[in-house]
Amino acid sequence: MLPSAVHPLELVIGVVLYWLMIGFAGLLRPLSLRFVSRVLFPLGAVGGLGLMAAAYFGISAAPSTLVLPLGLPDLPFHVRLDALSAFFIGLLGVAVVGISLFSSGYFRRGQGSAPGVLCLQYHLFLAAMVTVLLADDAYLFMVAWETMAIASYFLVTSSHKIPEIRSAGFLYLLIAHIGAIAILLCFGVLQGGQGDYTFAGMRSIGLSPFWGSVAFMLALFGFGAKAGILPLHVWLPEAHPAAPSPVSALMSGVMLKTAIYGILRVTFDLLQVQIWWWGALALTLGLLTALFGVMFAAVQSDMKRLLAYSSIENIGIILAGIGLTIIFHVYGNPHLAALALVATLYHSLNHACFKSLLFLVTGSVLHATHERSLGKLGGLIHNMPWVAGTALIGSLAIAGLPPLNGFVSEWLLLQAFLFSPGLANPYLNMLVPVAAAALVLAAALSGYVMVKFYGVIFLGQHREPRLAGARDEGPWARAGLVWLTAACVLLGILPAVIIRLLDYVTLPLVNFAIGSNADRAGWLLIAPVSPERASYGPLLFLLGIVGSVLLTFALVRRFYHGRVRRGDAWGCGFPAQNARMQDTAEGFGQPIKQIFEPFFRIRRHLPSPFDAQPFYSATSEDRLWYWLYLPVARLNERLAAWIGVLQHGRIYLYLLYSFVTLLALLLIVR
Amino acid sequence: MYEFIESFFSQLAQTLLVVALAPLMLGWVNQCRAWLQNRSGPGVLQPYRVLHKLFHKDALIAHNASAIFRSAPYIQFGCMALAASIVPVVETSLAFSPAADVIALVGIFALARVFSSLAAMDIGTAFGSLGARREMLVASLSEPALLMVFFTPLLIAQSSSLTVIVDALAHREFAIYPSLAFAAVAFVMVLLAENARIPIDNPSTHLELTMIHEALILEYSARHLALIEWATAIKLTVYCAIGIALFMPWGTIEAGDWPLFPVAAGILIAKLALAGIGLALLETVSAKMRIFRAPEFLGMAFLFAVLGLLIRLLLGA
Repeated sequence: MLPSAVHPLELVIGVVLYWLMIGFAGLLRPLSLRFVSRVLFPLGAVGGLGLMAAAYFGISAAPSTLVLPLGLPDLPFHVRLDALSAFFIGLLGVAVVGISLFSSGYFRRGQGSAPGVLCLQYHLFLAAMVTVLLADDAYLFMVAWETMAIASYFLVTSSHKIPEIRSAGFLYLLIAHIGAIAILLCFGVLQGGQGDYTFAGMRSIGLSPFWGSVAFMLALFGFGAKAGILPLHVWLPEAHPAAPSPVSALMSGVMLKTAIYGILRVTFDLLQVQIWWWGALALTLGLLTALFGVMFAAVQSDMKRLLAYSSIENIGIILAGIGLTIIFHVYGNPHLAALALVATLYHSLNHACFKSLLFLVTGSVLHATHERSLGKLGGLIHNMPWVAGTALIGSLAIAGLPPLNGFVSEWLLLQAFLFSPGLANPYLNMLVPVAAAALVLAAALSGYVMVKFYGVIFLGQHREPRLAGARDEGPWARAGLVWLTAACVLLGILPAVIIRLLDYVTLPLVNFAIGSNADRAGWLLIAPVSPERASYGPLLFLLGIVGSVLLTFALVRRFYHGRVRRGDAWGCGFPAQNARMQDTAEGFGQPIKQIFEPFFRIRRHLPSPFDAQPFYSATSEDRLWYWLYLPVARLNERLAAWIGVLQHGRIYLYLLYSFVTLLALLLIVR
Repeated sequence: MYEFIESFFSQLAQTLLVVALAPLMLGWVNQCRAWLQNRSGPGVLQPYRVLHKLFHKDALIAHNASAIFRSAPYIQFGCMALAASIVPVVETSLAFSPAADVIALVGIFALARVFSSLAAMDIGTAFGSLGARREMLVASLSEPALLMVFFTPLLIAQSSSLTVIVDALAHREFAIYPSLAFAAVAFVMVLLAENARIPIDNPSTHLELTMIHEALILEYSARHLALIEWATAIKLTVYCAIGIALFMPWGTIEAGDWPLFPVAAGILIAKLALAGIGLALLETVSAKMRIFRAPEFLGMAFLFAVLGLLIRLLLGA
């Protein structure tokens, strides 16, 4: 139990300070890898546990606020812990425990920045993320948001001597700042000309529908840039492979969720009234993002890029859930709005667990093999049983298979789609089933992607002979992996517990809680609408699967035998079977590339039959680069060239410019 | 408590019925196909003989097979047995029904399929991964179509629990739903694709260029192969049972109507036999299509299913 003297909000602030202290402690002995990784990172993981406790007690408590005497004169920092921020703080805590434990065994000497500096950046990043979730005024929010962006930028570019990593980091920083400008403008609109930048002030202002829409669009753009919503997703597949794996895990698992938090905070809390087309926009954009992400994930051959695209897919699904929540909320259906919101939040939590887990797995594989390209891996299940086992659970969970956690949120979201009664808007009535179809298509394709990810890395034969020397992870890294795996399993089989806690979040935001139904169905089953309509019992399901598998096994052994002979794989009559004949990552993705060809920009080089030294290459690129980003860049260059006409490098000309400007100003001001 | 015990036994009886009869169903389809092709055929009991033979052989496993390869057949069989226990075939009270609805049923099929694909990639032969990728391709297109098929009856019954759906369609007022006709067409197309039947796949070929399901299980032998074959038969039977439950549910009895159980079981077997004849007929008159035509076929199924859903939602028909 939490001692009654300690308030959850104080505990969270304590954890922030604790992490800052740990970060600066890294500078005491910046070059000692042993001190940083064996002492400081495990201590940091304890902070994650503290956040989980604070979230558990804070989510059910009434919102509490505090004014910190920091910041500028007359502009103190306001912090607030309510159910929504408590939920996201809990999410952060769960992921950070696993990631920090893993990091204790991850960083190696001579890779990237000095360990102490990494430790400072890492814990500063964590503290900034918590502060973003706590902030109760635009000033503190933006300070924390920028600290988060800059700390993560330095973490991404920790191996800054490699040019690709520098350019990936620059792209990330650029898009993060374009997004930050939009968020700043959004807060500017939200304060409605009153000059009061506290969130409490923003809540009390009723904006007109036009300005409300402007604020929503700015928030969607600004937070969307951080979350990776189409078409602002381009930094994810560049930055994630560049960053060290625990950092990718933090960014993908947790930082993207702060953007989701921002969208929810602005839409449902700061803006008191919503408009239906916001929901339709978010739903459409979310599903486009999801389908785009999963299609591109299927054709990747770099394991971390594949996961980055899969993150884009999951963010798309979460955004679609937000859109659905808005639609139901506007059309006065609080029950379904609460259901859709629960599905959205649950999927955020799930994604934090399994995506962090899989990014950590890629880190282990990278360390063991020094290889990121799927085409050179394979057969690692024999060398790395711990990593392979946890990766299997993570892959099954992300593919949305029962009885793991990915299925629960997918199931909840589908229930929300399916029981949508006739909405008052005929266009929306047509949109909802089509959206459900797109959602299930994205979910099914993610199964394809995960079979590719797991099968190519861990199964089959070693594609390169040196993979035979790959070693499993040490105890620290194993602990981190097992923690996240356990989270995936527990979230999968005990959803009723979490859903009851989520009631505290949905009640203030959409004025309804679905947990009362969960009570009626008991803790074994979840029944978001009513037990007659739909119910799912993951624990029973697990018992059913395990029971029937074990029974089958026992019966086969009892009535027949367990005799096994080992032999070579059957070569289908071809004598020289070798590991190079397995499917490569490109081969596995080829059907998707062929079916969805118009979506990719494919460049192929095909050798002629008479080529003495034939080589074959095919790259699939993102069309949006050519449709959106390169035109913008070209426009920018052209503008710069025009403005460059003014520059001659002669002082008398510049003096003339100043003189003319002064004259012009005098004329205007006169 | 009494109700629970009763539904538990009903559950057990129905599951065992489906599991035991599944090879017979497969034999019946093959026999019908043989008759339609002017062959005499091996008889309807042939699948049982094959299973008996396979169970007695020694399993031959490749050197680098991992635990996934060895456990996958048991997982597939377990999943299919569980799937059989969710579909109400004879009577509409199932103890397991609250734990898994139609969406979970699709999830069970997906779980079995992912494990069979992973197992196929485990040995690291060219055919295994080829089969895995084709299987996942077909599945990633047929699975959404299957879910969309389920959504129409789900909206009619206002429930996603299969027992409630069947109860509503079979025992409440009699009505004809045009939307269900679209769903039924889509369902038949999905059934053909998911069960590796012509025109997507040919269960009786080992031609490298075209095979999907056979490529997946190329490395399996003896009891593992037997379990997979049996699971495949159960899957076919369960699919036919789902089709019967959704589109011709008349004849399933209400909960607790025990004296009528044998009659209902008889009706079920008759309906399955009809479904088998239909399946054999479809397979005989159509030709196997190229693998890259499969997306068009499944896309059509998907469109039919969405059309059915739209008709239900917009016209209420």
